[in-house]
Amino acid sequence: MNDQVDHSRRRLLTAATVGTGAIGVAFAAIPFLASWQPSARAKALGAPVEVDASKLESGQMLKVVWRGQAVFVVRRVKGSLEQLGNHDALLADPASEDSLQPDYIKSSGAVRARNPEYWVGLAVCTHLGCSPLGAFEANNSFQVAGADLGANWPGGFYCPCHGSKYDLSGRVFKSMPAPKNLTVPPYVFAENARITIGVDDAPKTV
Amino acid sequence: MAAGSFIGWIDQRFPLTKMWREQVSEYYAPKNFNFWYYFGVISLVVLVNQLVTGIFLTMNYKPSAAEAFSSIEYIMRDVDGGWLIRYMHSTGASAFFIVIYLHMFRALLYGSHRKPRELIWIFGCLIFLLLMAEAFMGYVLPWGNMSYWGAQVIVSLFSSVPYVGGTLVDWIRGDYYIADATLNRFFALHVAALPLALIFLVIAHLMALHEVGSNNPDGIEIKKHKDAQGHPLDGIPFHPYYTVKDTVGIAGFLLLFCGVIFFAPTFGGLFLESPNFEPANPLQTPPHIAPVWYFTPFYAMLRAVPSFAGTQIWGVLVMGAAVLVLFFLPWLDRSPVRSIRYRGPIYKVMLAIFVFSFIALGFCGMKPPSGIYPTLAKICTVLYFAFFLLMPWYTKFDSVKPVPERVTGHA
Repeated sequence: MNDQVDHSRRRLLTAATVGTGAIGVAFAAIPFLASWQPSARAKALGAPVEVDASKLESGQMLKVVWRGQAVFVVRRVKGSLEQLGNHDALLADPASEDSLQPDYIKSSGAVRARNPEYWVGLAVCTHLGCSPLGAFEANNSFQVAGADLGANWPGGFYCPCHGSKYDLSGRVFKSMPAPKNLTVPPYVFAENARITIGVDDAPKTV
Repeated sequence: MAAGSFIGWIDQRFPLTKMWREQVSEYYAPKNFNFWYYFGVISLVVLVNQLVTGIFLTMNYKPSAAEAFSSIEYIMRDVDGGWLIRYMHSTGASAFFIVIYLHMFRALLYGSHRKPRELIWIFGCLIFLLLMAEAFMGYVLPWGNMSYWGAQVIVSLFSSVPYVGGTLVDWIRGDYYIADATLNRFFALHVAALPLALIFLVIAHLMALHEVGSNNPDGIEIKKHKDAQGHPLDGIPFHPYYTVKDTVGIAGFLLLFCGVIFFAPTFGGLFLESPNFEPANPLQTPPHIAPVWYFTPFYAMLRAVPSFAGTQIWGVLVMGAAVLVLFFLPWLDRSPVRSIRYRGPIYKVMLAIFVFSFIALGFCGMKPPSGIYPTLAKICTVLYFAFFLLMPWYTKFDSVKPVPERVTGHA
């Protein structure tokens, strides 16, 4: 019997075994990683929600839950709507180029809405996900949490966590912690202000 | 040990006496340890406190979004002794960070991170990192409104990762928002995965320490001068000398610890924040979100950095860098001496600036982001990093005093 150890043969076999084992471990990791994905139940609960916004008075806001997130539905005052295009110079992303919204919202311009009077958007600050507060009165500096919104406040949203300010269309002002405008979810606006959040109007293919 | 004794029987099968000698009764530690050297052993006491009280809390806690908040109130009101166990655990969390911060400051004072103790320091930094994850997830478990929104803010940090951010956040939460699935997995990590990793790292930290031996307030190697038996002349056996001395330190700590538990368990809203006495409400952000005090220095840095180029990842990177830079400390420090006793004025001033900036950042992180606080936080963030990043230069040019051959102080 040969006492000589064949080192190169041993190295090759060891490397091949370890390599095969590593691939096996990588595949075995898949179900563990996949178990952290939203489950089938969580996905099912993320279905669209319908809102009746017809009872909102001018200047009032409604919060509804869609996928556990709060969604703002605001009925904007007509006078404020006309002012929306006048402060583009103060905004970080006036045309919503870098922000998240369906194409039909982006193409609606400064109003960022399917029906200019009703604004729909996620109540989630694009900085770190806090819920902004409505501060809809123009030129009223101290309407929320004692924060100074500035004397020429055009009306909009204020995030109490880190002080981000947004206008009435959820567009963020310059030099705020938040980098983007408030996200607008896909929604359908039907007659009598019936809003369905979570679907585009694109007809579903069966 | 006699071969016929019970211990002898064990020693033939398990290295009990050998381990006891190597790690305790014949582990020679420098004889000049001072007050600052209590915090290592106290952090071990706090770890045991957290493990024991934590195990008993899980016996009544329900890790589900529907039941978590009320199960905590059940522990507080209906379980005999439950309030005490929970306050021991919540106060222990804050005590852990107080002790760890003082323990780390000790290293900055006496150069405990310097060669050949780099690995002790790195294991320590990993423990600190895990401890932050452990504390964060533990804070989510009571499912109060601050738990909820704190989790929302911290998990959202991952959304700033380019391209995969959104998917990554859904994966961490297991839902499209902070939900039952999130709470349940945080519970699993908090009570099983992270404590296991922590215990493993603590053992590695202590093994590395006992391999190279402890540093001391003079920052000199006691192994340079040994007696005829090969024991360091300036060393004394850990047992009975330091076991007895540490008992006194532990007793002093427990007095303060019990004082907080019995008389000020919320510590004026610092240890347990008042919005967390309301159940989690996904539709209602607390008017002011602030993390628990031990995270506020890093949180202030996160807020101090504005978004740039359409992303807010910069603040996240700065906050991460504030922790990561600690790992490089052994190589940033170029001073020929270890201890502050023999260092020049520049290091002393820089260390004072660092301590000031860390405390000021902690203060800014608790305050709303308005008034002078954002500016102060920006300045202190720069100072915090200046302490580390300029260290290779100022430690090299700083004057030093002659280092003694033997440890100083009482004979």
